[in-house]
Amino acid sequence: MDFGISEEQEQLKTSAREFLAGECSTTFVRKAMASEDGAAPELYAQIAKLGWHGLIIPEKFGGAGLTMLDMAVLLEEQGYAAMPGPFLFSSMLAASALKEFGTDELRQKWLPALAEGKAIGTIAIVEEDDGIEPASIRTRSSKSGGEIIINGRKMFVPYANVADFIIVATRFGDAPDDVAFVAVDSKSAGVEIKPLKSLDLTRRVCSVELKDVRVKSSAELQGGGDALRRMIDIASVAIAADSLGGAQRALEMAVEYSKVREQFGKPIGSFQALKHAAAEIVSELEPARSLLWYAAYALDSEPKHAPRAAAMAKARLSEIYSRTTDKAVLMHGGIGFTWEHDIHLWFKRSRFDESYFGSPPYHRERVAQLGGY
Amino acid sequence: MDLSFTSEEEQLRQKVRKFLEEEIPKSGLKSASEGREDKAWLAKAKAWQRKLYEAGYVALAWPKEYGGQAMDPVKQSIVNEEMVRANAPYLVGGSGLGMFGPTLISWGDEEQKKRFLPKILTAEEIWCQGYSEPGSGSDLASLRTRAEIHGDEFIVNGQKVWTSGAQYSDWMFCLVRTDPEAPKHRGISYILIDMKSPGITVRPLVQMTGDKGFNEVFFDNVHVPRKNLVAKLNEGWLIANATLFHERNMLGASTGSQQRFNRLLALAKKIRRNGKPLIEDPVFRQRLVDLEIKVEAMRFHSYRQLTDQMRGKNPGVEAMINKLVGTELNHDLATAAMEAMGDYSLLARDEEQALDSGYWPYEWMFSLGLVIGGGTSHIQKNIIAERGLKMPKSR
Repeated sequence: MDFGISEEQEQLKTSAREFLAGECSTTFVRKAMASEDGAAPELYAQIAKLGWHGLIIPEKFGGAGLTMLDMAVLLEEQGYAAMPGPFLFSSMLAASALKEFGTDELRQKWLPALAEGKAIGTIAIVEEDDGIEPASIRTRSSKSGGEIIINGRKMFVPYANVADFIIVATRFGDAPDDVAFVAVDSKSAGVEIKPLKSLDLTRRVCSVELKDVRVKSSAELQGGGDALRRMIDIASVAIAADSLGGAQRALEMAVEYSKVREQFGKPIGSFQALKHAAAEIVSELEPARSLLWYAAYALDSEPKHAPRAAAMAKARLSEIYSRTTDKAVLMHGGIGFTWEHDIHLWFKRSRFDESYFGSPPYHRERVAQLGGY
Repeated sequence: MDLSFTSEEEQLRQKVRKFLEEEIPKSGLKSASEGREDKAWLAKAKAWQRKLYEAGYVALAWPKEYGGQAMDPVKQSIVNEEMVRANAPYLVGGSGLGMFGPTLISWGDEEQKKRFLPKILTAEEIWCQGYSEPGSGSDLASLRTRAEIHGDEFIVNGQKVWTSGAQYSDWMFCLVRTDPEAPKHRGISYILIDMKSPGITVRPLVQMTGDKGFNEVFFDNVHVPRKNLVAKLNEGWLIANATLFHERNMLGASTGSQQRFNRLLALAKKIRRNGKPLIEDPVFRQRLVDLEIKVEAMRFHSYRQLTDQMRGKNPGVEAMINKLVGTELNHDLATAAMEAMGDYSLLARDEEQALDSGYWPYEWMFSLGLVIGGGTSHIQKNIIAERGLKMPKSR
């Protein structure tokens, strides 16, 4: 029995923290926020050299073949830095979908390019009614003559504006589970991508219109509805890891500010109202960190428990993240409400994390169902 | 990260499980937190702890020379988990096992360890904690119970309060003022007092539950041998904090919360609301699962601390939160159960028609007491902020 991150994982965490402190300061994040596509290519060129893109991609496809817990440690640090760009959606989600459910042809086509940072992928599940369950997928596909023809409209697709391919969840028949992922080149005829003006500028989302889009039948991923559910589990852990890092950062910013800001002739951090607010955050965050470690570990090692653990981690951490940034803004007072102060970067990112891939109430209901309640 | 157990550990688990299945019904005790403390109960409770000890399931990690088995803490944690699973009765010698014993192992001299530790394990001697006083609650270091040195004895005068189990305890580990001139943290000593000494009066206080669970203890010229001093004179504050660390971990133990959650879940499946089991009510499900997630997080959090301990890492902020989170969670679980029961939550424990043997109304009150005892939530938050987050002191 050994419950904790390894020495190598500690090192990954420390080196990511140092790298991002230098290369992904809030000055840099704000530059990416103000840019046209939000993709931060200069940062991503450096990340490619560190090998982060291929972290969970098998070695035979040019990756490092590491575990979900390694990835969770890295995503936590990206959340801490509010790192912009498609990393989570491309190097974690698109890579996982291909690794676990892709045909050999698809893997050969995309995984080595993803690992090298030469391609960007993303994933498109949600539609206009905002559901992520297989039953809520209405994008329709039919098979004809070795081709798949897709029609539908996807919403809130992260970084579709810069992606080379999109893993699209689509329906083939009327049975609720008659769905599958299909990898679609974003340059295919009939694909129309529109960036949406979004609140959290460290993440870009788009609508993706698919009109008679034709792809080869080998572009279909295996696994049907199970693949969709597995991707919800993986995404839940990924977002929870980002939430953990973001909440940690917001807490640290609020605590640091409380040590230097003086009112009534004392640092405001000496007042119990602020102390108790900070103590409540850390008391929620530390047990949730342990929960996340387990959920990430379970994705690889305890498949029976993984869905429930992932839903628990997403429900808990994304909610803590929102609550933490709320309190952190408040602890800053008026300065925290300005555009100039950085705390709103995390405040808005927490909203993204709370909502994306299922809200806390959604995941709590999922925990209940998976528990047979 | 590797959550698999060795075959030796799995064997231990199966052995404990079987033992508990056979022995719990024979113990004559009902549940984990049964609070009735009359003489018949005491005899049964002591016999239960002794039986567990003789089977090898008490304080497995304690050193062999004092009656332990020097096993690693993972094995102790397996036993604890099985106790939860079986809803085993709690151990009457808990404060000796969980608070005083571990403190003495670190700070006591050889003679003290040999004299006191083995009898803690067998429940031959029950310990109580002499900390709070009428004027010293959250500000514990302001305590005024005085111990003056006369030859090779301390003469103790003063009063302690909220002393759980003093009415049946054999010994007290007690904080006394030995230097009234020194700054308040530097004039305190940690001494061991035989509760049968002349000059001690124990007066029960009735708790809001109706039970006589805690007491006032008065000391009137009580003679205590000097050899009953733990560590050095006037350095008791350090030892007091070591005990508090153990106490807070014990009160916040995740196993207790798991046990309560399992009971709440069973209740929610049984109670019907609007013609359906309560657990199918969407609002209650949300609340139930929210609590379950918090309980699970604390379970994994305890594994993490166990691993840190095995790796020799000093406990940090992650350990400071155990008491705050664990005790509040237990009270939240009980509050959810009270709401689930509706008007049945109004029935006292000994009413025949009470649900779930009247466990919850009692537990609901008792668990609030533990949010206070061992340092209130407000004090815990000060500690977390000042020691854990290094926020400036307000005093």
